[in-house]
Amino acid sequence: MKGPLSLPTISLSSAKDERATTLFQPPSPSQARRIARQNAQFGPLGSQSHRYSSRFEGTDFPEPIEDSPPYYFLITTYISYLVLIAFGHVRDFFGKRLRPEKYRHLNASNGYAALNSDFDNFYVRRLKMRLNDCFARPVTGVPGRYVTLLDRKSRDNNETFQMMGTITETLNMSSYNYLGFAQSEGPCADAVEATVRKYGMSLASTRGDAGTSDLHIEVENLIARFVGKPAAMVYSMGFVTNAAAFPAIVGKGCLIISDELNHASIRFGSRSSGAMIGMFKHNDMKSLECVLRDAISQGQPRTHRPWKKILVAVEGLYSMEGTMCNLPGIIALKRKYKFHLYVDEAHSIGALGPQGRGVCDYFGVDPSEVDILMGTLTKSFGANGGYIAASKSVIDKLKVTNAATIFGEAPTPPVLMQIASSLKIISGELVPGQGEERLQRLAFNSRYLRLGLKRLGFIIFGHDDSPIIPLMLYNPAKMPAFSHEMLRRKISVVVVGYPATPLESARARFCVSAAHTKDDLDRMLIACDQIGDVLQLKFSSGIAGGADPLPDGLTNEMEMEHRRWMRENGKEVVVKPPRWRLEDVLKRGVEDVKAPLR
Amino acid sequence: MDLEEVQAHLRRLYADATTHFQKMPGSAILLRYIRSSYQNDPVRSAFELLLFLFVIRYLLSSKYSTKKENKVRLTEDEIDELVDEWTPEPLVAPQTPFEENVNEKSPVIVGPTGPRSKLSNGKTVTNLASFNFYNFIGNEALKEKAIQTLRTYGVGPCGPPGFYGTMDVHMKTEADIASHLGTPACIVYAQAFSTISSVIPAFSKRGDVIVVDKAVNYAIRKGIQLSRSTIRWYEHNNMEDLQRVLAKITKEQASKPLTRRFIITEGLFENVGDCVDLPKVIELKLKYKFRLILDETWSYGVLGRTGRGVTEQQNVDATEVDMITGSLAGPLCAGGGFCAGSEEVVEHQRISAAAYTFSAALPAMLSTTASETINLLQENPEILTQLRDNVKAMRGQLDPRSDWVKCSSAVDNPIMLLVLKPEHITARNLSPADQEWIFQDVVDECLANNVLITRLKTMPAALGVAPKDQGWQPQPALKVCITTGLSKKETEKAGVVIRHAITKIMTRKNNRLSQTST
Ligand SMILES: Cc1ncc(COP(=O)(O)O)c(C=O)c1O
Repeated sequence: MKGPLSLPTISLSSAKDERATTLFQPPSPSQARRIARQNAQFGPLGSQSHRYSSRFEGTDFPEPIEDSPPYYFLITTYISYLVLIAFGHVRDFFGKRLRPEKYRHLNASNGYAALNSDFDNFYVRRLKMRLNDCFARPVTGVPGRYVTLLDRKSRDNNETFQMMGTITETLNMSSYNYLGFAQSEGPCADAVEATVRKYGMSLASTRGDAGTSDLHIEVENLIARFVGKPAAMVYSMGFVTNAAAFPAIVGKGCLIISDELNHASIRFGSRSSGAMIGMFKHNDMKSLECVLRDAISQGQPRTHRPWKKILVAVEGLYSMEGTMCNLPGIIALKRKYKFHLYVDEAHSIGALGPQGRGVCDYFGVDPSEVDILMGTLTKSFGANGGYIAASKSVIDKLKVTNAATIFGEAPTPPVLMQIASSLKIISGELVPGQGEERLQRLAFNSRYLRLGLKRLGFIIFGHDDSPIIPLMLYNPAKMPAFSHEMLRRKISVVVVGYPATPLESARARFCVSAAHTKDDLDRMLIACDQIGDVLQLKFSSGIAGGADPLPDGLTNEMEMEHRRWMRENGKEVVVKPPRWRLEDVLKRGVEDVKAPLR
Repeated sequence: MDLEEVQAHLRRLYADATTHFQKMPGSAILLRYIRSSYQNDPVRSAFELLLFLFVIRYLLSSKYSTKKENKVRLTEDEIDELVDEWTPEPLVAPQTPFEENVNEKSPVIVGPTGPRSKLSNGKTVTNLASFNFYNFIGNEALKEKAIQTLRTYGVGPCGPPGFYGTMDVHMKTEADIASHLGTPACIVYAQAFSTISSVIPAFSKRGDVIVVDKAVNYAIRKGIQLSRSTIRWYEHNNMEDLQRVLAKITKEQASKPLTRRFIITEGLFENVGDCVDLPKVIELKLKYKFRLILDETWSYGVLGRTGRGVTEQQNVDATEVDMITGSLAGPLCAGGGFCAGSEEVVEHQRISAAAYTFSAALPAMLSTTASETINLLQENPEILTQLRDNVKAMRGQLDPRSDWVKCSSAVDNPIMLLVLKPEHITARNLSPADQEWIFQDVVDECLANNVLITRLKTMPAALGVAPKDQGWQPQPALKVCITTGLSKKETEKAGVVIRHAITKIMTRKNNRLSQTST
């Protein structure tokens, strides 16, 4: 399992050394403002102990344990939806008769069918409208450690919004800024500025025509080296990287087996490829094996001809669940069943592994075991676009058969430079030590917040090392309530519900960043603690972790051994629901994060 | 019994019932199935429940078993054997000689793109292959503005528009485009190429009808494929044929429930270069009550007095078109795409257009650059005239001066597509693949003379689809992109080089013929 990390004894942070040798001088007001600005984008590291490095060691990657709330909460959740739906229909019934002009766009009129069917629109009109003020909140400035919201209000129950002309600076727990590269100052921004001066803003062409510059080649080489593949290709959008890659590698007579929770872009791409699509249960290797055995032995439907190729598509880190793919398990199946493997590392690249090189790095798997490593550059790198890394022959072929290369606009120079400089920082070529600090802070922060929330008694999904932390709300009414309470405490969070998640599992999702300090996370824990009490969210049973500290002398392994023994002997393992006091959570967090979480 | 007892009793009952249900074989699968299908579609679940009940009744009433599956029953050993025997095809097929040639020859620009660009082979060439029509790339004021944005917003917005990715600059760009075009609203996507492929399936669903020009570009084709709607094609830019198709559909569907109906066409056609007859299309769409989706990827920023596109050029009110999509990455030299239309059309996309909802927002710098270039077009309409003069100058050198090619593009189109004259194609019996080889050689020949042009690129046939089932294919063409970064003289000079290169390739002995033509 994850061994405790021995941190380097010599500090790599140059800032610290400097401070030791210079005499203290109070900063001038303009300097102070600049520092405050920098800190708002990337918080200063509070202590060297707030670092950690995560990697998985072992063979069997365990499923995260999914806790479920007491039935009371599930039943009230379903009832809430029933009430909402019934209420919506009643309102529609009277609305359509009393204020027909409001429904005109949903009815055929003047010989045109409605652009938007009444039925499809019901959810949007009657359920989503109630939380519209929690979605698409407009922002300004850098979405770094803090994000600045443009305040708005609605006079008509969220149908329209008016800007109020004021702003609110909030703690940003929602952007995919894993390594904190969303910055308008520092080495990346400086390099980007120089690039804009030299190259201008665009190539104004497709890669296939005249849109390839030396920058593209450099970035592609950097990415290939970073992920450990012989060649790579960059695109100007992550979505289209998937949407165009599938049609270029599979087609009629091929089968795509896709995790049921795969991202919309993968579904978009697979559907447009013309291949058959099979699904397996999220992260369930047994289910995948079942589908594989069935597919290979039965062949294509009706004709029973063997499949030309089978492509299994998974994500490295799932953005709504916080779970990682079971890469070792998939690789073992791949050896037996000979399928091709496509891993979408949109969220995992940069965010996982001791060197930030994604799931392969995290699991210690040789990247050559995965046929296609796809990823996006919108997240950890603070840039834009996506990439595909594979063997040279695959990339060469994709260059001439992939629609996004032939017709899609080439990535722009500033974006390319942001990618190049952030990649170089991560790998230590630029500003040595900083990349390592970012990676280790992210790993620490992810585990710290997750453990803290579990100890407070929340139901948290996902794997321990994942920077995506979903806090389960269940009840639909709790989504806006949670979001508003957080906003009152100047914290921006994302709340998601049906249809992005299963009906009953509405949740709030936090994205941890290297830009956050431990104090930020403590602020988050305090806020969650308070809101959790008000909204009755602390209903975990304890099976998923957050347990009380062990008595002195006992270790984690001993406890696990004991539980196994209990189970084998048919004895019930008593699990106490964790309900730590906030002070204890804050006091013990830093230390406990570095041991296996329990 | 008091209330508490009743409660306790009920709870026990419930717990018992659940444990029993869970002990039933297959209950977990059933539950999971119901849950997952419910998540996708509640109506389907209800419908399936009905079906299920019907099937049970049917099975019970019949005297013989109707179990007949199209599945071969196999033992585990047999399955293992089949698994062992199965050998998949490699992930990708090897490159064809033509593809290898293209890859090898693809130009790499060192440093900035401009009317003169330096290539990785050390040559400095006249660049007639970028959509840098107004040379905005070299504009210092635009660079300054972009750097200011960088210093306020950073590069990426680190999230999709719905999750704190919508910035004030995006809202401004949307307003700028809407006011330029004269539509009530507009939505900005992060990439132009994926805009229309997402717009179409957001509105047109299974059962709806789409009438579409045969020559439309690949992105539209993908969009209509994903919409799963009923597709009808009409002959390229043939208004009589369009009318015929519309009339036929109206007649066919007269007795059926009303569905959404769309006409989809392009402003300037990517594959042919010619221009749509918009007033006529509008007239037909109004007559037959279809909605119009107009792809202005190549005409926005190009046609009309201030670059508003076909609507400006042909004096059509932009609100008559239901959806106008366009690019900010081509002539505008920024990035991203847009769709303009009514408030209702735009707001619907914010939650149901896949490439908008599920993709990160456009980087702020590209958004502000787009706003700036739209402004430049409106304030200096003379650059559009200048561009047209250069297009005319180039045309003067090629069509009708060249014996071999003619230009299929509209006269205002700065992307000039040059196709072989039909008489040469018939005389030499040239297949499309032969023509592609010829044009690739012309491109190489031009490059040898320091002029960078390109070919019209097409998608290879989708995997598993025979070339003959591909449908309409564009005629291979040379693609020459004009820019105001060159003077008229320089443009003409480049035109001479292109003309000579074409002549040289067409008159040389033993032209290389494609392997695929046999
Ligand atoms: C798994 C996955 N793939 C692809 C994408 C699309 O990437 P982009 O936002 O760069 O278009 C996302 C983004 O949300 C994602 O989560």
